[in-house]
Amino acid sequence: MPYAIETEHLTYIYGQGTPFELHAVEDVSLRINEGAFVGVIGHTGSGKSTLIQHFNGLLKPTSGRILIGGQDMWAEPKKIRSFRFQVGLVFQYPEYQLFEETVYKDMAYGPKNMGLKEEEIDKRVRQAAQFVGLKEELLQKSPFELSGGQKRRVAIAGVIAMNPKVLVLDEPTAGLDPKGRDRILGQLKEYHQEEKNTMLLVSHSMEDVAKYADEALVMNRSRLYCHDTVENVFARAGDMESLGLSIPQVTKVFSLLKAQGMPVSGSIYTVEQGVRELERLFGKEVHHA
Amino acid sequence: MEPIIHTENLTFSYPAEEGKEAPPVLRGVSLDIPAGQFLAVLGHNGSGKSTFAKHLNSILLPMGGKAYVDGIDTCDEERVYDIRQRIGMVFQNPDNQIVATVVEEDVAFGLENLGLPPAEIRRRVDESLKAVDMFSYREHAPHRLSGGQKQRVAIAGVIAMRPKVLVLDEPTAMLDPRGRKEVMATLQSLKKEYGITIVLITHYMDEAAQADRVVVMDDGRVLLDGTPYEVFQQVETLKSVGLDVPQATELLHLLQKGGCRLPGHVLPGHVLTAQECADTLLAYWRSLA
Repeated sequence: MPYAIETEHLTYIYGQGTPFELHAVEDVSLRINEGAFVGVIGHTGSGKSTLIQHFNGLLKPTSGRILIGGQDMWAEPKKIRSFRFQVGLVFQYPEYQLFEETVYKDMAYGPKNMGLKEEEIDKRVRQAAQFVGLKEELLQKSPFELSGGQKRRVAIAGVIAMNPKVLVLDEPTAGLDPKGRDRILGQLKEYHQEEKNTMLLVSHSMEDVAKYADEALVMNRSRLYCHDTVENVFARAGDMESLGLSIPQVTKVFSLLKAQGMPVSGSIYTVEQGVRELERLFGKEVHHA
Repeated sequence: MEPIIHTENLTFSYPAEEGKEAPPVLRGVSLDIPAGQFLAVLGHNGSGKSTFAKHLNSILLPMGGKAYVDGIDTCDEERVYDIRQRIGMVFQNPDNQIVATVVEEDVAFGLENLGLPPAEIRRRVDESLKAVDMFSYREHAPHRLSGGQKQRVAIAGVIAMRPKVLVLDEPTAMLDPRGRKEVMATLQSLKKEYGITIVLITHYMDEAAQADRVVVMDDGRVLLDGTPYEVFQQVETLKSVGLDVPQATELLHLLQKGGCRLPGHVLPGHVLTAQECADTLLAYWRSLA
């Protein structure tokens, strides 16, 4: 089966030949399986946003290749439009991009541009609204009357309505409160499980990547630092911290315990796992107490 | 000592659409904030925390109750400038707060409006930039700085006006982990070195944990008010209003709930850092052996 996304020695240089030349992505080769849920991590300036903008053809590699579903994206530049419908990209603060008179029209904009029939558009808009938990009665409202969290969900639903095989989200929860954050990520995870699509989640929150993603892709100084299962990436807690990335607090607790000689696993990255691990260790004593 | 900020039963609602009744956003907030305190205000979106902050420098005026800043009634139109001189505000998006094309000119903007002599402006600009650790960037263009750096320039512009109180409305929401750390370190040093009163509105529990006092707002009221230790003991209450507790705190809370008898004096609320959590678990484990 072809990979959902594959890059071969992908390099991107901003302002090549000018004094401001900047190598934003350097020699990145990666493979993402169909149906994967990948967390993309890296501090500001590591190249992660530049990298993901290649996935739907917003940027053209300076050198190297990018393949979507096994097909070379830039083999025929005129056909780039078809790739844009396969890979949906949700930017940071997508609510600033809402523009239509009603929520419904805004969400229908993408599918309409794909040339779909009226019925199909209607079906997709309603389905996408359901996925992100927007009530029917909101569809006829102006998007500008909604709360920040609702606007964000409308913007995400507009991309989901295009039914992309790959959905890339650049910090979809930035600026939301914990409840709004868990709600959006929970809905995206459900959507992923139902649709079996490929998801890429760019996030500064290691806690969120640990909780929702299966794989993690770490960018550092324009290069791919590692791409592995979440377990394996967070097992390298020390490395992550030296890259200036924060690791989940609970992971830190367990690496401290391990360093002190307590026989616990070093790859704990959610609170639930931590509780299970400690109950296993304390198990007998808990029953005595 | 007279508190620098004193509010009595503050109520407020935003104007409603015609024919509809406006839901109250503040339903009676009474708070005293002593001079020199570092106060964190938590609450989910719509809990009223930003609305409360806007009452502190007369951006909004109370519909019921009173707000006093340094003994001045915020409704006293004659003294709006006195109030705004005492309260400096910093908002979420640094890009909306920077007006000049050179860092030091931006910091000087407010001072020039006060009509201060050039030598005094120079002195205050340098001092403020040093206080936020941005002095070496004084001749840089703000748009080329990182988010954390920009936000520190915005803070410098405010403290150059020598306010007694710094009110920050989610100043780190749009920053990466490194930028968040920079801003938090700046706030700590401003409190320590200059004794400025700080009111920090945030969604991040780890930031609130660094304050002297934490106030949790819900539905326009003060729900919890105490030291971080006291407030974070209320794990269930915090979760019920859509807030989080630090992972270390949650871990111990769940262990205790599961029947694990951790030493009596270590209530989960007494654990906020990874180190404290690891120490507690180690002590418990050793006591079992």
